Amino acid sequence: MLFAELIVKGLVYGCMYAMMAVGLTLVYGLLRILHIAHAGVFALGAYMTVVVTNATGSLALGFLVAVVVSAAAGTAIYRLAYQPILHHSAFVPMVVSIGLFIVMQEAFRMIFGAYGIAFDNNPWYVANVDLAGINLTYVEIAMVIMSVVLLVGFGLFAGLTRVGIGWRATVSDPQMATSFGVDAVRVRYVNFLFGSALAGIAGGLVGLLNNYVEPTMGGSVSYKALAIVVLGGLGSVRGTLVASLVLGVVEAFGAIYLADIFDRDAIGFLFLIAVLMVRPQGLLGRSSGK
Amino acid sequence: MSSYIASLVSVIGINLILALGLNIITGFCGQVSLGHAAFYGLGAYTAAYLAKLGAPLPVTLLAGTAMAGAIGVVVGLTSLRVRHDFLAVTTMGIGFVFLGFVRKQKWLGGELGISGIPGSGLDPVSYALLIVAFAAAVLGFCLWIKHSWMGFTFDAVADDEDAARTVGVDVSIYKLTAFGIGTALAGLAGGLYIYFARIILPDTFDFVQSIAILTMVVIGGTGSVWGVFAATVALTLLPEVSRAAADYRLLIFGAMLMLVMRFSPGGLAGLARRRLA
Repeated sequence: MLFAELIVKGLVYGCMYAMMAVGLTLVYGLLRILHIAHAGVFALGAYMTVVVTNATGSLALGFLVAVVVSAAAGTAIYRLAYQPILHHSAFVPMVVSIGLFIVMQEAFRMIFGAYGIAFDNNPWYVANVDLAGINLTYVEIAMVIMSVVLLVGFGLFAGLTRVGIGWRATVSDPQMATSFGVDAVRVRYVNFLFGSALAGIAGGLVGLLNNYVEPTMGGSVSYKALAIVVLGGLGSVRGTLVASLVLGVVEAFGAIYLADIFDRDAIGFLFLIAVLMVRPQGLLGRSSGK
Repeated sequence: MSSYIASLVSVIGINLILALGLNIITGFCGQVSLGHAAFYGLGAYTAAYLAKLGAPLPVTLLAGTAMAGAIGVVVGLTSLRVRHDFLAVTTMGIGFVFLGFVRKQKWLGGELGISGIPGSGLDPVSYALLIVAFAAAVLGFCLWIKHSWMGFTFDAVADDEDAARTVGVDVSIYKLTAFGIGTALAGLAGGLYIYFARIILPDTFDFVQSIAILTMVVIGGTGSVWGVFAATVALTLLPEVSRAAADYRLLIFGAMLMLVMRFSPGGLAGLARRRLA
């Protein structure tokens, strides 16, 4: 039973990673920026959820505020931090992103305090149901449902709507898309809006899952999301989804069987490095990673 | 020299060796590394472990340097397989793997690190001078590399790998050399650090430390030896000069990274060059 349980728990984490990593992949696919500050948006979403929920007593309102604020913050990051430096080599936006992430993390520490905040009323992270012998908390179930609904919704949006098709066209060939009348700048805004909203929701859910929100919570998750984006073959959404689930499961197993040698964070990266040595282009990447 | 000044000088010297080492990898050779602190840690842990067994200072320093350099070459091998953004995330991963490994090893003290490291046998002032001597040697070495045949080749690799290969440069060898030298220097810094601090904790070598080192390189001007020198001294002294700067050290580092990249991607060196031009 342990075997099945590890797979299920791994998939739950994988769903959370997927929500984080899709935003990163979209940014990478469009702008070739390693958007490390995405982690700050994730933590911002978590803080908004916990602060608003505790203040008003309504979790729904908490998530609503989290989505709106995260989406706004992500868009502002694009406009103020990335847009002016897009013409530089990839190193420049990456360093800016690191700087921005550190600034956000320190800002959270100053505004909300160095010690974390817990939800006043969070029965869902202990309440659980028994599914064929595997215990899942309500939050874990919500995580899976949310990520599936949001990502399928995104897939339909990108596949079927006019904006979605323009978006995909811009990712695959910005110049061609522009000459066919796609507004590339608007696509970027939509991109950051959507990716950041997802990160905000993921943040709120992780806050609920641990019943704890702290300034550095973005760190570990986002580094792993970066690993996933690379693992999936930088910029490939399908690869990212597969890599998220695979990494979740690998970690769940590693955390049990390699517990004496490595901690959880190390296992994810060890797996990443191992895969990259064999397949430098990532799991589902096509180009040669150059 | 008071003991306060001696400790300040020691920290500056260690940071200089770290920053100049990363500058060889990222600045000279153009290979992004977000895991430099892991090699600093490798050197420190190797040296500390041996020092606890009774090995004398020259042996521990040499072992720390060699260990970090050897693992650095292995990590450098990844740079032959993956490039740019892939490499950035891979090297970041190396940092996490190192920390995750060390934290779980009882024989390396786990979360508590290694304490009770024997002294260097020198008084703090002489030891600070020893560190300065090493830092000066590294500075001289970097200046020499920059203007040597190897420096030009590094430049070519950083500029356009494929073009370098076309004109007959063995790109792989130069990348591995850059990784080897840069990480060995980090190991040396780690070895010097243990006799100064006398205790090492895993968290000293975390991602934030890697970023702090990168900040010194980037603000100084990636690739510029004197720029990195100036930025390292300034950024190390900053928290000492003002209490506020000490409390908000990371905030200031982050903001500087953003502002420098926004307005002068060449760092201080780029700024100076533009002034002169």
